[in-house]
Amino acid sequence: MAKNVNLVGRNLYDLDTYSSAEIETIFETTQVMKSIIKRDYKKIPTLRGKTVCTLFFEDSTRTRISFELAAKRLSADVISFTKAGSSLKKGESLQDTVYTLDAMGVDLYVIRHGCPGTPALVHKYSDKPVLNAGDGKHAHPTQALLDMFSIWEKKGTLDGLKITIVGDILHSRVARSNCIGMKKMGAEVTVCAPRTLMPPKIEKVYGVKAEYDLYKAVQEADAVMALRIQMERQSEGLFPSLGEYSQKYGLNKNVLEQTKDDVLIMHPGPMNRGIEIFPEVADSEHSVIIEQVTNGLAVRMALLFLILGGKAAKEVK
Amino acid sequence: MKFKRRIIDKIELDRILKRMANEVIERNKDYEDLYIVGIHTRGVPLAKRVASYIEEFEDVELQVGALDVTLYRDDLNNIEHQPKIKDSILRFDIEGKKILLVDDVLNTGRTVRAALNALIDYGRPRSIQLMVVVDRGNRELPIQADYVGKKVPTSHNEVIRLYLSDYDEKEEVDIFETEK
Amino acid sequence: MKKLLKNGNVFVSKNKKFEICDILLEDDKIKEIGKELSDSEAETIDCNGYHILPGLIDMHVHLRDPGYTAKEDIISGAKAAAKGGFSSICCMPNTNPVLDNTSAINYVTRKAGDLDKTRIFVIGAMSKGLEGKEIANIGSMVNAGVIGISDDGNCIQNTKVALNVVRYASTYDLPIIVHAEDYTLSGEGQVNYGKMSTKLGVKGIPSLSEEIIVSREIMLANVTNSHIHFSHVSTHRAVELIRRAKADGVNITAEVTPHHLLLTEEECAEFDTNKKMKPPLRTEKDRQALISGLQDGTIDVIATDHAPHTDYEKELEFLKAPFGVIGLESAFPALYTNLVKNGEFQLEELVAKMSENPAQIIKQDLGLIAEGKTADLAVVNLDESFLFSENYIASKSHNSPFLGKTFFGKPKFTLCKGKIIWQD
Ligand SMILES: [Zn+2]
Repeated sequence: MAKNVNLVGRNLYDLDTYSSAEIETIFETTQVMKSIIKRDYKKIPTLRGKTVCTLFFEDSTRTRISFELAAKRLSADVISFTKAGSSLKKGESLQDTVYTLDAMGVDLYVIRHGCPGTPALVHKYSDKPVLNAGDGKHAHPTQALLDMFSIWEKKGTLDGLKITIVGDILHSRVARSNCIGMKKMGAEVTVCAPRTLMPPKIEKVYGVKAEYDLYKAVQEADAVMALRIQMERQSEGLFPSLGEYSQKYGLNKNVLEQTKDDVLIMHPGPMNRGIEIFPEVADSEHSVIIEQVTNGLAVRMALLFLILGGKAAKEVK
Repeated sequence: MKFKRRIIDKIELDRILKRMANEVIERNKDYEDLYIVGIHTRGVPLAKRVASYIEEFEDVELQVGALDVTLYRDDLNNIEHQPKIKDSILRFDIEGKKILLVDDVLNTGRTVRAALNALIDYGRPRSIQLMVVVDRGNRELPIQADYVGKKVPTSHNEVIRLYLSDYDEKEEVDIFETEK
Repeated sequence: MKKLLKNGNVFVSKNKKFEICDILLEDDKIKEIGKELSDSEAETIDCNGYHILPGLIDMHVHLRDPGYTAKEDIISGAKAAAKGGFSSICCMPNTNPVLDNTSAINYVTRKAGDLDKTRIFVIGAMSKGLEGKEIANIGSMVNAGVIGISDDGNCIQNTKVALNVVRYASTYDLPIIVHAEDYTLSGEGQVNYGKMSTKLGVKGIPSLSEEIIVSREIMLANVTNSHIHFSHVSTHRAVELIRRAKADGVNITAEVTPHHLLLTEEECAEFDTNKKMKPPLRTEKDRQALISGLQDGTIDVIATDHAPHTDYEKELEFLKAPFGVIGLESAFPALYTNLVKNGEFQLEELVAKMSENPAQIIKQDLGLIAEGKTADLAVVNLDESFLFSENYIASKSHNSPFLGKTFFGKPKFTLCKGKIIWQD
């Protein structure tokens, strides 16, 4: 384990503030947590007496359950605060919500919010660490960590690997956090999308390669990740039809044939089968999609342990 | 930290381990259900060492595992540095088995308490025995070892350190005094 | 009432140069400028070590009064202006009710007239209710004293309406002040479309959104021969469009804000809502183009677009927080410190862009230090530095992108019509 890594009391807004040594430590701890998940008795007493609050202003049952189960496996108490849908209503005050929860003795916040930058705002009202579980189209660092762990676990490293992310890059916080994290760990990242779904200047911002032809994008890849396409992008006029999208950017058998023999196929879920990914690919031996879910739980356990397990060093605000 | 004196040298350490191996043999008769588990960090090579002596004396093969108790510690709130976890390796089912826990030093008893809890989360062993090289007193919990290499009464400002050739350049047990 | 300002470094307008001399004021006029003046009746003010500028003029201020007085009101806004060295400001009509009718305009002029502080000119709406549908009562607003018209904050999207407003207003001798933004392109954009929108994962406001309207308005100005003034120009292509149109003789003028001159989109990286405004902070290339535009006269005026919002509103989530930043009190010190002090820009030029030039655009006989002219003056100490903090700010709101910065060029006195309206 890397020396001098101390994540106690740290916030996780995005991976830009985490070093490669810290990410490596998270991976190693994740491996331990994964072995615990796999045994018959899956609970450990590590965070007994700690309270984790999940603050979800946006619907995401999957992510919320994953965090809450992670906390429970570590014997922490969980407060679940959901306010989906009402987040942009007038008169809603995040400040009051956080003050109230803080008064109840929360030790760590997990926040999902439709508005980018909100995790940092929560930390403005509370001195407790904040974990970003997705803020608007900005960042989703725990998803990126689990994606990266899934590759790291199979390939032993990310350094020098070629990773391709295909889909609606423009609206994807998963893609953004992965670009930051994977580059940090030494991978070469290619993003692939129609031009209307590609963020401007992405090559400059993240040091990744933008490719518009799926066949070219996957040829050299060690891992290919498909992103979920939201149906409403069509009505927003960003691409002509799901049919055409699927034909040009869907991962199907023909695409898989162009890849390396040991390529990993990934998807953050939930999948639109038959649109961005086809069953013959999603269920192939290359796919680690189901394992990503387990890894998600393990990564979140690792983070909760690393951040809450220990006396918090005084953080300078 | 100031070196005070050596309390066990290389030869004596080897003699102690052999002696304790014999005690285990005497007490356990059959080895089918006996699994040896070392507590990270120093307990792991000690467990291997003791196991190899029993194997040598009795011509049997034993299962040896490693247990990390970090996740079971009760003092996580008080440690300043990031606790490091090592993977617990128990490649066997402990259900109904006799477990021999091995550690280097028995002090407050809290590490052993954590190890007992950790072990029990893996299953329900028939019995658990405890072996330590040094028992330095200062117990805070009602825990006693079944096999003790040497009893060394110490005060709170003293630290006992076991060196093993698996990790270190020497093999001995030293006592240090912390400056306060 | 006479005042004698002794030994100041005076910006003498006829020479466009600074000279150490005295200024004698009588009532609201500058009576005499010269060396070693004396007048036994006059109150003497020692200005040794200070620079004396024409009272600054800000032609783009949101006073929020009537309607949004938690953010600012006429009194607090005038105070902030005086503290920033401004003797005159022009207030924008996006209040509640909108300044698109005589009675609303009278309310502002009456309240401002009672103040005996910074002079406040009113800009009336271009379209009724700023809705971009029907021409506002421009004729009667001119009678009520407006010095320009603008839908600022909004932009007329329908080209036919835009044309008719410009054509109708061309009868009156006033600037038509345009906030250039194509809504179909800016949409729900929050920051510059480009590096920062990608980094933050928020929708971007492309430069094109501004440039398309600038192009359109240049054409409208050309066919109607009216005077169109562009508010807060922010992109390098917009500067180029204006430069070429001016060369072609089209009757247009343009302004730029201190924040667009001094800051870039990089400032937004931490989701600081005090860096969120329209148009958004752009790239370094744009910023450099704005400075060049200022230098070669493509851009005539620096105006603050002072847009106060309460702390409560700005402390919201990034998407929820309103656009706009305050600027009255930071404008001159920030520009002096970051453009003049480092030699990028001449102090004389900066002063002209903040006094004489806006006075010409709003057609007021102000902005000059010359005998017989109105005694509007800003006395500043270029060598005195200060911390620009929330405590320093006199405005009701604190949403400045410059909080925590140290500036030189501290305003010491501001005079309007011969009266000291603010003193450090
Ligand atoms: Zn505007």
